[in-house]
Amino acid sequence: MELLNSLIDKNGLVFAFLLVGIIMLLSFWFSKTFLNKKIPGVAIAVLVGLGLATLGGEKGISDIPVFAGMALLGGAMLRDFTVVATAMGADINKIKDAGLAGAISLLVGVFFSFFFGALIAYLMGYRDAISITTIGAGACTYIVGPITGGAICASSDVIAISIAIGVVKTIVTTILTPLIAPKIGLDNPHSAVVFGGLIGTSSGVTAGLAATDPKLVPYGALTATFYTGLGCLLCPSLFYLVLNFVL
Amino acid sequence: MKIYGVALLAFCYLVGKLFGSLLGQRLGIAGDVGGVGFAMLFLILLNSYIKKKGWLEDETEKGILFWSSMYIPVVIAMASILNVKAALSGGWVALIVGVVVTVSSFFLVPVISKIGRNQN
Repeated sequence: MELLNSLIDKNGLVFAFLLVGIIMLLSFWFSKTFLNKKIPGVAIAVLVGLGLATLGGEKGISDIPVFAGMALLGGAMLRDFTVVATAMGADINKIKDAGLAGAISLLVGVFFSFFFGALIAYLMGYRDAISITTIGAGACTYIVGPITGGAICASSDVIAISIAIGVVKTIVTTILTPLIAPKIGLDNPHSAVVFGGLIGTSSGVTAGLAATDPKLVPYGALTATFYTGLGCLLCPSLFYLVLNFVL
Repeated sequence: MKIYGVALLAFCYLVGKLFGSLLGQRLGIAGDVGGVGFAMLFLILLNSYIKKKGWLEDETEKGILFWSSMYIPVVIAMASILNVKAALSGGWVALIVGVVVTVSSFFLVPVISKIGRNQN
């Protein structure tokens, strides 16, 4: 047993390949055999991943030493590297057509998420501009929240809530995208570009689109990648000043 | 050789990230703004250029396509390292704001998708 542990310790990434391979094999088999492919295998595999994450803490299952390799396979470096690789399947003309809609969706997405999140915070009893701004920023992504909260000196429990909001957003997007996609016409590159700009959480957008139709991933990822930066730019500055003025 | 494709991908990735970081620095934000987006645009442009020149060999392309197909497994690993516990323990505020804002944003997709549609 000790020998096995040290073997996996030294070969974490390779073990992660094996583990994810097994998860996908079982998920696709389950989807085909029991669900008639009504829920895609990818969606089930992502759910299994989220389930495994609850076994650990801050860094999900990778907090458990044997599974540390998952942090490498699922980390930002390989995520971004593989997302960039999907651009090989993207059609430059379709991106050009959706350019204007994509830019507008980014602005609307950040604006809407922030102020709607802020409004709910107000309705739930928050009254100070700093807390409301931080919560609204958390409704953008789980990176915009803490960066904004840090910039305007919010308390640490409000910052923790803003991170939690962003993570909820990522999880909700991951699970609901394949289910809602038919209702909102999310079945072509044009609407995928808009979707990426409106939702903005790179992880959620790409995972959700992968479960919906992998061909759409590059289009959604293209706009989503600008969202967090735009949020970090607007929330602690312009949006905070607006809220400060209103309240 | 496949490694040429992987190297090409790595080049686009790093140049894109550099652009994103420089933009972030300009805007006064620590971190990168749109690095992945820039990298994707570089890859698309470079790819179409070398295809036109006839320099892109099948093997080279396979090097990039391999990483593109690794995308879904990476997403699954990523799901398993999210801080799901924090999301659940953030209380009602986190749950309500997260769910309501996200689901509402979904329904803006058909509205904004109308922009620029006529040209198609």
